[in-house]
Amino acid sequence: MSRVIRALAGLGGALALAACSTTGGANAGAKSPSGTPPSKADFNKNPFPSTYRAYPGAPTALVGATVFDGTGRQFDNSTVLLRDGKVEAVGSGLDTIGYTVIDARGKFVTPGVIDIHSHLGDYPSPSVDAHSDGNEATDPTTPEVWAEHSVWPQDPGFTRALANGGVTALQILPGSANLMGGRTVTLKNVPARTVQGMKFPGAPYGFKMACGENPKRVYGGKGRMPSTRMGNFAVNRQTWLDAKAYAADKDRKRNLANETLVGVLEGEILVHNHCYRADEMALVMDMAKEMGYRVSTFHHAVESYKIGDLLRENGVCSAIWADWYGFKMESYDGIPENAALLQQAGACVVIHSDSDQGIQRLNQEAAKAQAAGKRIGIDIPDGVVVGWFTLNAAKAMGIDAMTGSLEPGKMGDVVLWNGDPLSVYSRPEKVWVDGALLFDASDPKRRPVSDFELGQQGEGDVK
Amino acid sequence: MIRASLFAAAAALAFAAPAMAQDFAITNATVAKGDGSAPIEGATVIVRGGKIAAVGTEVRPDPALPVIDGSGSWVTPGLVAAVTSLGLADVDGVQESNDISARTARFNAALDVVPALNPAAQHLKVARANGITRAVVTPGASNSIFAGQGAVIDLGADPQPVMKARAFQMVTLSESGARIAGGSRKASHAELRNALREARDFAAGKWSGEDNLLTRADAEALGPVISGAQQFFIEAHRASDIRAVLALKQEFPRLDLVLVGATEGWLVAGEIAKSGIPVIAESLQDLPERFEQIASTQSNIGRMRAAGVTVSINAATLENTHHYTQYAGNLVALARMPGATGLSWGEALATISSRPAEALGLRGKIGVLKPGAVGDVVIWDGDPLELSSAPMRVFIDGIEQPLENHQTRLRDRYRDLDESDLPKAYDW
Repeated sequence: MSRVIRALAGLGGALALAACSTTGGANAGAKSPSGTPPSKADFNKNPFPSTYRAYPGAPTALVGATVFDGTGRQFDNSTVLLRDGKVEAVGSGLDTIGYTVIDARGKFVTPGVIDIHSHLGDYPSPSVDAHSDGNEATDPTTPEVWAEHSVWPQDPGFTRALANGGVTALQILPGSANLMGGRTVTLKNVPARTVQGMKFPGAPYGFKMACGENPKRVYGGKGRMPSTRMGNFAVNRQTWLDAKAYAADKDRKRNLANETLVGVLEGEILVHNHCYRADEMALVMDMAKEMGYRVSTFHHAVESYKIGDLLRENGVCSAIWADWYGFKMESYDGIPENAALLQQAGACVVIHSDSDQGIQRLNQEAAKAQAAGKRIGIDIPDGVVVGWFTLNAAKAMGIDAMTGSLEPGKMGDVVLWNGDPLSVYSRPEKVWVDGALLFDASDPKRRPVSDFELGQQGEGDVK
Repeated sequence: MIRASLFAAAAALAFAAPAMAQDFAITNATVAKGDGSAPIEGATVIVRGGKIAAVGTEVRPDPALPVIDGSGSWVTPGLVAAVTSLGLADVDGVQESNDISARTARFNAALDVVPALNPAAQHLKVARANGITRAVVTPGASNSIFAGQGAVIDLGADPQPVMKARAFQMVTLSESGARIAGGSRKASHAELRNALREARDFAAGKWSGEDNLLTRADAEALGPVISGAQQFFIEAHRASDIRAVLALKQEFPRLDLVLVGATEGWLVAGEIAKSGIPVIAESLQDLPERFEQIASTQSNIGRMRAAGVTVSINAATLENTHHYTQYAGNLVALARMPGATGLSWGEALATISSRPAEALGLRGKIGVLKPGAVGDVVIWDGDPLELSSAPMRVFIDGIEQPLENHQTRLRDRYRDLDESDLPKAYDW
């Protein structure tokens, strides 16, 4: 109920884009993809640089676990080695001398969970008006705003996502009131005094767009364009055309909105497009071709199952809930088999939350989606399902060269679960970010407490 | 298709007249009674005349009774969803279809959900397919702290959903109630007490009309609340708000109170237990989303239960009503976490079956597999609280229910994307 109310208020989110198979890799935010001309930018494209640094960790060996490495593979009774903040090796019979050995027999190891769609920090707890910083709902297109300028690092939601959900990285999106909501920011889920201290080093920026009901309701309600879906497209297309003219203008002055749009057109910024309906997604993919950009991911894509073929052909991911449906008109055709039907069609599946509660249970959402598929005869291996909330999310966000799987050399972002992560009865027991142990269920002090919670009822409670 | 074949394999029972209650037995299943006890393996459930007739491992069905082989299956009572809008809205976000609240109505306490109920609503059908057979339908507050009168319904595929009309009056004292009443808790408490006093006057024949703030209909509607004939659901979250609710009994001793929300209930669990007031509680809420929830924790229900409170899960706080079993399963998961307080499996199931029934004064009648209770039975393909499980068959009052809905039809239509012969619109 609370979720629905939030969505109706225009706070809910949807964003997205990013293609599962074709994102820019580690430094996509900083450089143009190879093969395209260098940017003509004569300004600092990274004025709020990440100051994140990995916290110290010990060489660690998780021994005897069932390991899902995020790429679809499952290793039984295996060992995961972490050293120097990185995944060093996954396998059996590995030498663990010199490592802090953790007996993981009967337990499970996965990559850190990644949420591609979060509003933590921008709509933090407590969710009072003074904290409502997720929608610059004053103009249908606001490509000039950056979500990171709204993030409150003290949001207690970050700590719950870590402790209960095993979330080690997440993308914060501006909300869905606007056709073009602004830039997203990708964070490592570490407590920090500043947002720069959480920024995922080298992650590309994303760009939030929204289809359908929200923009037309918000602006139609104000008696201005857009008030219809055709109005949505008209405003979008004209804005893209203006950005292309800006890009071609040799005498241009700096313009924050157009700098973001040009970044999208040049492939440096990944489009995350809130879009529920299949027919609208198809139109957006055509608009993207017309204007010369690509959509990375459709978010809240409850009708993706109707166009799995189109999504596969266009290399566009669908970021979805397992089974939310029916809370607004454009969610009326949501079905729990969505993810399984997409997987069957060969399209990219990402499980997302758009919720400070749901982000604590992305593994459970994936398990429900898997089960719904199984009941209609689509049997998806557990390892692939784990990829829906790890590596696929990383690909869609352009950070898969650095995290999302337990492959040697990747960041030591790891969750040790006390049971099968696809069971309702399991929870994270320990969580590492870049090889540093940041959550330990058995150690009350390895559990972050935000500034806001100090001295309050329930401080330091396990929550 | 898959589901149909499963049924054929599992069932030796033909329901020639689906609208008629059938006498039958389910044998050799893992049976969870819903009363807090642990599941029993190899048990039998007998349904006769629309009621549960017998449950247990020693039960021997009459050889003439049709038998469903429950081998490999789990059997539970139909789930009871407490505090829902089932039947009141087709799409929450589509105002025309939404009868949950009445933003500019002239009446408040007098509002009654019954004439607005639509037993054919899709949300209700989906809830039924997820094992929910009874629901507490609750109006939403918007124009007054008094939201109106809710009902207990069954989710059967028939035009008669109402099991208990005007079962309770709903009022909110939470932050939202304070805002509605005029901007503060002072205002909501003044509003509440004034209304109860005016209702008392009305019931005593001392109603003048002119000097009263309530409409005549609202004053009349609150009569059964004052006398204790109708339950009084009060939403409150902060520990101090909960204490204020418990204190109401001093001035109005006959109130039949039920606490709704109680996010900080664990802080005052002993006092709630002593009062005997049941709680329909926040479960997994663990964030201070409002200042009245500063101490929220996923251990809320576990800690209240440990203190002896009758506590069930508030379905209104789930992201979707059909997540009911998932939330109960999470309470079991908490029992394995250091420092957290969860529930045993049996107690977790009870929070979505018999405990809501107890809160409603329907103990032993719904939400439990016990002789004399309604014949609401769900046969699951596995552990009902586990994410991989789903209902295979659902019975309400002994009548097998259809599990098809808009979602299952879409699923079947889009099982493939083949349009080589005709558009998808011809695939039905």
